[in-house]
Amino acid sequence: MSGYPTLRPQPQFSKTIELPKGPYGVPDSMMHGFQASRVAADLTQAHPLQASEEQWLDHKLKMDFVMLKNSQGIQAPLKLKMEHFAASKMQRLPCLNSSNLMADILSGREELIGFEDILNNPAESEVMGQPHAMVERRMGLL
Amino acid sequence: MAAPCVEPAKGGFSFENCSRNARFEQMGLKFPKAYKTGTTIAGVIYKDGVVLGADTRATEDTVVADKNCAKIHYISDNIYCCGAGTAADTEMTTQMISGQLELHRLATGRAPRVCTANRLLKQMLFRYQGYIGAALVLGGVDSTGPNLYSIWPHGSTDKLPYVTMGSGSLAAMATFEDRFKPNMTKEEAMKLVRDAIAAGIFNDLGSGSNVDLCVITKDKVEYIRPHEIANAKGVKQGRYLYKRGTTATLSSDVKKIEFDVIGTEVKTSAQPMDTQ
Repeated sequence: MSGYPTLRPQPQFSKTIELPKGPYGVPDSMMHGFQASRVAADLTQAHPLQASEEQWLDHKLKMDFVMLKNSQGIQAPLKLKMEHFAASKMQRLPCLNSSNLMADILSGREELIGFEDILNNPAESEVMGQPHAMVERRMGLL
Repeated sequence: MAAPCVEPAKGGFSFENCSRNARFEQMGLKFPKAYKTGTTIAGVIYKDGVVLGADTRATEDTVVADKNCAKIHYISDNIYCCGAGTAADTEMTTQMISGQLELHRLATGRAPRVCTANRLLKQMLFRYQGYIGAALVLGGVDSTGPNLYSIWPHGSTDKLPYVTMGSGSLAAMATFEDRFKPNMTKEEAMKLVRDAIAAGIFNDLGSGSNVDLCVITKDKVEYIRPHEIANAKGVKQGRYLYKRGTTATLSSDVKKIEFDVIGTEVKTSAQPMDTQ
């Protein structure tokens, strides 16, 4: 039986973090907010569940793909991953919130209600970035 | 965050304040205690179904926060769940699982089973590694018959004919161990659960007030709230208000408040318009 991932997502102990580039080589708080300069916060965990929660969905999909590969061969996860990749491209502009309907259907989340639909639902987020700045950043003009 | 390029939050629990809280705790700040239901909950399988019982006291450290809270939660028409532990956690958990079970029922087109609810609860509680403090007694009647499960906060479950949970669980379990027998009648089962909850109410500080029962059979559910008021608040013996004239009046002075009439309004009773 080839490489099943762990039952629960484990914290990644080595991670490359790239500092967001700003003028003069320091993270730009005006553009990205205070969180950008607190890059070291990413390395340590404030709560034992933090890493597990961030990776939960990805980890579940990884586990499903490994099981699928072991039972049906590599073609099954390849096809499904291609569909996931296509679904991830169907997004709105960066400042707006996308419904991710196709991605939810593919991963099975359309039939589930979790805490991510009740608490801190991104659709009800109180902050929004400026559209121009965010699109410029995505296109590399900033 | 009012920055131009802010990334939206992902949803779910946010751990932003955890390091700040840890620093506060180091500095010596005391956090408010969660509203717990130090509880006695119990369930028993009898001949035709399941009897669930619970007390009705909710505590906040050493103060009774709610004298009559409902601890038996609805999961689906044939499945009910008693909750012990942090009150908010049990409430939100059972509501979420009720929603998920309803979606599942709509997707499969079949009546939900108790083992499905058990599996959903267990997977969710294991995901949060015990940080969601909900200890549950799940019972119901489905196509396979009456089922009773007990679910612990870390995600382990037991399928048993009689279960108790909460701070008064030992007192209630003592009653069950003494008098449980398989295939009881409905009256015997209700009396047994009532006695078990009463044992928890009178012998445990965290449980009190009334006994609630929920009898689930294949065709109907009886939600008896309250089944018995075990601790009634005392009735006042007499009237304790002071009689008029108790305080002597030394002097009195009447001043007229001057006011102007600003406007008058004449209202007639509403008459229906004459339409054809």
